[in-house]
Amino acid sequence: MLRGWDLLSDESGDVPLLRLRGVTKSFGPVQALSGVNLDLYQGQVTALVGDNGAGKSTLIKAISGIHPTDSGELTWNGDPISIRSPGDAAHLGIATVYQDLALCDNLDIVQNMFLGREIVRYGLLDEPSMEKTAGKTLADLSVTTVKSIRQLVESLSGGQRQAVAVARAVMWDAKLVVLDEPTAALGVSQTAMVLGLIKRLSSQGIAVLFISHNLNDVFEVADRIAVLRLGKLAEEGPLSKYDTQTVVQLITTGTAARSGENQTTPVTPAPGKADR
Amino acid sequence: MTSSSTTPRPAPDDEGSETLAVSSPSSLAAQSDTLAESFGDYVSAQIKRIKNGESGILPVLIGLIVIIVVFQAKNSEFLSAGNIVNLLVQGATFVLLGMAEAFVLLLGEIDLSIGFVAACGAAITVGLSAPPHNVSWPIAVIAGLAAAAAFGTLQGLLITQLRLPSFVVTLAGLLFGQGALLFLIDKFGGTSAGGTIAITNDVLNKLVYGNLGVTTGWVLLAIALILTAALMVFRNVRRRGSGLAAPPLALTIAKIVVLAVAGIVLVAVCNHNRGLTVPLKGVPWVVPIVLVILAGWTFLLSRTSFGRYIYAIGGNSEAARRAGIHVNLIRVLAFTLTGLTAGAGGIIYASRLGSISANVDGGQLVLYAVAAAVIGGTSLFGGRGKMLHALLGGLVIATIYNGTILIGLSAATQFMVTALVLLGAVTVDAIARRGRSA
Repeated sequence: MLRGWDLLSDESGDVPLLRLRGVTKSFGPVQALSGVNLDLYQGQVTALVGDNGAGKSTLIKAISGIHPTDSGELTWNGDPISIRSPGDAAHLGIATVYQDLALCDNLDIVQNMFLGREIVRYGLLDEPSMEKTAGKTLADLSVTTVKSIRQLVESLSGGQRQAVAVARAVMWDAKLVVLDEPTAALGVSQTAMVLGLIKRLSSQGIAVLFISHNLNDVFEVADRIAVLRLGKLAEEGPLSKYDTQTVVQLITTGTAARSGENQTTPVTPAPGKADR
Repeated sequence: MTSSSTTPRPAPDDEGSETLAVSSPSSLAAQSDTLAESFGDYVSAQIKRIKNGESGILPVLIGLIVIIVVFQAKNSEFLSAGNIVNLLVQGATFVLLGMAEAFVLLLGEIDLSIGFVAACGAAITVGLSAPPHNVSWPIAVIAGLAAAAAFGTLQGLLITQLRLPSFVVTLAGLLFGQGALLFLIDKFGGTSAGGTIAITNDVLNKLVYGNLGVTTGWVLLAIALILTAALMVFRNVRRRGSGLAAPPLALTIAKIVVLAVAGIVLVAVCNHNRGLTVPLKGVPWVVPIVLVILAGWTFLLSRTSFGRYIYAIGGNSEAARRAGIHVNLIRVLAFTLTGLTAGAGGIIYASRLGSISANVDGGQLVLYAVAAAVIGGTSLFGGRGKMLHALLGGLVIATIYNGTILIGLSAATQFMVTALVLLGAVTVDAIARRGRSA
């Protein structure tokens, strides 16, 4: 797969930020992922789609170190790496928002946003600094509906909880933000807010990988799309080469009957900048 | 962790036209119900919180006052200086064991062993300090506390590494501790001791019944109040300096005044002569000892990352794990602190009785410890509670214990009343939780 211009090119967009090659993962007898290849580029939004049980969640858990891979190669800006724990992923700059949001109901918004990475001064929690930063991040994300950032998370609505989880992910110096169904269970305006946020992340040069069942959302924000089916990568490529019908076919059958033009290989060469 | 661990990225600039109106952090905070701008706002916010089921310590305070009024009506001796001091001394053990239990309750775990762990720690301290060993009291205390803490660590390791339920591991710990207590009493006291080792060390004897001088009591109170007030004001100033909404000054002053009044009443009551034949006055040593431990553990839970992680694990251990928290390490440390605090409770228990015996009912002590924390408002399901709850709950139990004896009720009645109070506390919590989810 390596091509000369892949190595020679000095255009940053051409070397994937994170490259997965032949990633496998099994849970006992269940082969959740087999030989998955995936490239994620700086400043690009990649949508990960697939039917239930296709391995989407397993794949992002592999990337975030929750379920380390059984085999396969990973590179980060071209350097071989391994992600064996959530700490490894955080160290690289991978921030993940899980579908269950992984928030502590009994803690307030600020405490959740800084969980595990508290600002400490003289060995003690620096609450004013944390509150200030969290407040600014939320305000910039247009999270206007929370009464107080010292509110317990259990008192928030589903959309507000999602916003807190997304804000937590982007508040840190993340290079890759992974979102597991960020727009599921959100209302119209909050979905628009989260999609707007995804666009802004990519415009800042952050790579975004997000799972979605909603193809409208995918076609609104994604630059690239990767289709998983039964633990295998059906296809991956720039979104411009796909339409909704093709994607649905890929999700359900793993192949798409197309009229010959622009046939994508399972892993396409790197695209240029966003072609949306 | 690179610098990213301490330097949050600047939040993305708001450039998208699709976003909604932007509100500044200050306007966010201005809408806060916890950081009200004026005293009136604060009061109405508190009332709202209570209606929402976040009643805090209000139920236990009301309960305590009701119990006190009932006993005082039955026997006017109840609120005499002598009896109040007696009550504080009796409550100290419940409070300390309740605080010990709080660490693991906050994790959503339980430790059934602490009654006998406390007794074993006390047996080691008392045994070492008594003849023939005659070890100096600080070393004896450290040895007793270390042994209790080590027992907690061991249980924590079994629970986290072998993934056993804490209920079963600490039930085994309870049985083992009962055996260990018999062994220790025999070993230190010899078979001739009749299952009891008397405290011979003067300092250990005085931990509970020794009194601070009248002046010393007032001076210590003044220092404690000034430190607390300075800390509260400093925190307020710092919040305002950071451009954050801070509680109104009137509220801070009101809190300081309430604390000062409580402290002055406490010291005044203790300094009142309660001797029947010879003058006896002064704050018992056990009061500052318990308060210092309370302050230390409260500080640990509310101002350090370690404390934050305990709450996080109790609230959602999977979220804590994904946030990169070493969940098992924190859990083992919590069990260690439970053992350590239980050891302190045991030494205070022995000091009150002047001895430690093989007949200590560690099973009952641990049930009182759990009850103290829960009556105070700590949840059995983890993530919610404070050290202060153990203090208030422990005082409720001690009040019932003391009051029922004072008005001549039987032990049978005392247990039943305690049971009803515990049931009432859990009911209040359950109703509050329903209000919260509704």
